[in-house]
Amino acid sequence: MTMLQSQPLLRLEAVTKNFGPTQALNAVDFDLRAGEVHALMGENGAGKSTLMKILAGNVQRDAGRILLDGEEIDVRSPADAAAHGIAVIHQEFNAVPAMTVAENLALGQEPRNRYGMLDRSAMLASARRKLARIGADIDPRRELGELSVGLQQMVEIARVVSERARILVLDEPTAALSRAEALHLYDVIEEMRAAGSGLIYISHRMEEVWQLADRVTVFRDGAFIGTREKDRISPPDVVRMMVGRPLDDLYHHRRRSAGDIVLDVSGLCGADGTGPVSFQVRAGEVVCLAGLIGAGRTEVARLVFGADKPSGGTVTVRGKPATATSCGRAMAAGIGMVPEDRKKQALFLDHSVEDNIAISSLHTHVRSGVLRRERIRGAVEGQMHRLRLRRSALRLPAGALSGGNQQKAVLARWLMRRCDVLILDEPTRGVDVGARSEIYEAIDELAAAGTAILVISSDLPEAIGISDRILVMRAGRIVHELLSHHATEEDVMFHATGMAAHAHGDDND
Amino acid sequence: MTDHSLGPRDKAAPERGGGPAPKPGFDFATWWDRVGILVVLVVLTALMAAVAPNFATVGNLLNIARSISINAILAAGMTFVILTAGIDLSVGSIVAVSGIVAVLTATSGMPSPVAVILGVLAGAAAGLVNGLLIAYLSLAAFIVTLGTMTFLRGLGYTMTDGQPVVSNVLNFRDIGNGYLAGIPVPVVIMAVVYLIAWFTLERTRYGKHVYAVGGNGEAARLAGINVRRVTTSVYAIAGACAGLAGVIFAARVVSAQPTAGTGYELDAIAAVVLGGTSLMGGRGRLIGTLIGSVILGVLSTGLILMNVQFFTQLLIKGVVIILAVAIDSLKRRPLRLRRPTPSGTVTAQQN
Repeated sequence: MTMLQSQPLLRLEAVTKNFGPTQALNAVDFDLRAGEVHALMGENGAGKSTLMKILAGNVQRDAGRILLDGEEIDVRSPADAAAHGIAVIHQEFNAVPAMTVAENLALGQEPRNRYGMLDRSAMLASARRKLARIGADIDPRRELGELSVGLQQMVEIARVVSERARILVLDEPTAALSRAEALHLYDVIEEMRAAGSGLIYISHRMEEVWQLADRVTVFRDGAFIGTREKDRISPPDVVRMMVGRPLDDLYHHRRRSAGDIVLDVSGLCGADGTGPVSFQVRAGEVVCLAGLIGAGRTEVARLVFGADKPSGGTVTVRGKPATATSCGRAMAAGIGMVPEDRKKQALFLDHSVEDNIAISSLHTHVRSGVLRRERIRGAVEGQMHRLRLRRSALRLPAGALSGGNQQKAVLARWLMRRCDVLILDEPTRGVDVGARSEIYEAIDELAAAGTAILVISSDLPEAIGISDRILVMRAGRIVHELLSHHATEEDVMFHATGMAAHAHGDDND
Repeated sequence: MTDHSLGPRDKAAPERGGGPAPKPGFDFATWWDRVGILVVLVVLTALMAAVAPNFATVGNLLNIARSISINAILAAGMTFVILTAGIDLSVGSIVAVSGIVAVLTATSGMPSPVAVILGVLAGAAAGLVNGLLIAYLSLAAFIVTLGTMTFLRGLGYTMTDGQPVVSNVLNFRDIGNGYLAGIPVPVVIMAVVYLIAWFTLERTRYGKHVYAVGGNGEAARLAGINVRRVTTSVYAIAGACAGLAGVIFAARVVSAQPTAGTGYELDAIAAVVLGGTSLMGGRGRLIGTLIGSVILGVLSTGLILMNVQFFTQLLIKGVVIILAVAIDSLKRRPLRLRRPTPSGTVTAQQN
């Protein structure tokens, strides 16, 4: 970008924010020019989200100044933010799941006809326009809560983008998106930049930051580390700024010869039209289910784990029947699952980290009906140490942890339980670099110990980097199998998008 | 769930190590979470002792203990239900029905243990029906128990033709009126119920599952917990507690009253909520429920001793309940802000 603008669109000076005893932001500076994408990076808990909340008017700063066009402003509420032309795409959406997509997109500005009644057709038309703008293929009449997390995120993006803000803050907008959806979003971002908006882009994904951003600012532990022109630095520089040390080789995965078949899935179908799918995972093997959002990867995982009832097919673990009708049965057969959405599906946010980790292993620590609490604590601490979760987190509510540490706590639960088969659904979504590397390490260790591992990942470098084999899914079925050390991202996308089917006229080429 | 008990050692601020620059200081929210309700009780008791004549006598305190025992036992069962984010409106009606079952059994010539056990079982059975309907048909707890509340009240009237069944020779009357080592029997029963309930919630796998189901039902299911079975069981427990309370009530008034326990469900819920248990489930302590019951009992007795009119008593009780819940909600507010805060970042650097 040019350096001509003398006055930035937005400038933050020495902004400070404390939450109780914790200093979330310590006198940070930040500036945003018109017509630039400014990436804000840092590990979870670095203060990015707090900064975003201050801009959104959800949280008030304790000290410092916010200047818009050189004039000091106060953002006391989300309405204030909107009045100043600041819009925010949140990682957690502000939407009503029980209402339709169209109703959500019209929330607060529902069109009326001349009788003062809700104009449904106008509302639908406007929703279709907003969705088309970001290239989202979603029926606006569907209930929002029925959509997958990725599609819900697209709706949120459609809503915020339609507000035509001068300043747009995006917090991990692609975390739940498929590649194709992300590409549409990049187009929208490009368009808004060209129109002179300033965009603050918060992300953990280095590739997309490098593709989109003009400048990069790094926060660490609530402090401003630095702002750099993207062209003058490299990704490793940014990682070093983020973690305060160089990070070599993110993906831990040692090749090893796989053992016997542990998980054998045959003709498994779901009531929602998923499947039939058949595949095996061997002891010590890491198999990745790849595909676009909605390809049926999560559905397959849930069927194997008994979270949804299969309508047909069988699952065996080490040769023993394990077709599950409940999660408890699946677990008894040796299967564990780290679900897609840790906050909604895995964690008890008000409960202590200790209880969260121990909850699935209590039966092994009972004597005459009484919990053996010292033994439980010992076992929990062992797993926390293994995943480098600090010991002092033991009694904190899980909701007080950063995303990366929350994910480690969920993983610790299944490490403590010791499964023969562990399914991990998007294990590093919204997780910072440091924690990611530790999660990969744990997966690798588990595989080394003979666990059969099934990973679902939308992050293609990750999917390739940590697995032995990749099963590509499309429209509820496995359409292709790749060996990871031969695979490229393009290979996976080629089959996931169905281009292979067009090229060869056959899914199973 | 562990180590949040009320006790002096918990007054210290919890560890929040690892975050950037933690500032030591007084954290009202945390402090109130630990001891707030106990402070309310102490202040209230001191106030009553100062103004109400004859309040601080052994006799009166034992009287208070006896008078709260029925509500406290109901509230113990209600705590299980509310911890799973449920509600049970039928416990008041169960008090009547189980009392009737016990008295009718006794008057038919059965020995007293049989009468007592049948009374408690009647309550447990009613609770089991509540639980099955709620867990397996996925009906709303509020509606199901509203229905059984009405049904069971009707059943009570039907069994007694709407008349009290008075029995001067009731063989289990000591359960309501007797003393054990100078302590009223209902108080002894209450203590036993709380010991068992506390132990179940804090020291067994089942207790952890109750908290988990209320904390996040979907997560509990995906963690392998049989959510339906846990949900069914808590209503059965609440029913059994109500059955026991009904037997004590019948013994106390030496008769079976079809109108017994009217409105008791609300007092039980008030005690649970006063004690800090969240109606959203997953958060709360049994000891808080006990203190909540005692607060309600101290308040009523104190106001009676002060010759405050019954109408005015209700006004004051209502204000106290809302005030306690309001303080509870205010203290939660800073907690919500604290959530997104960085605690423990850069874990990789620590080791």
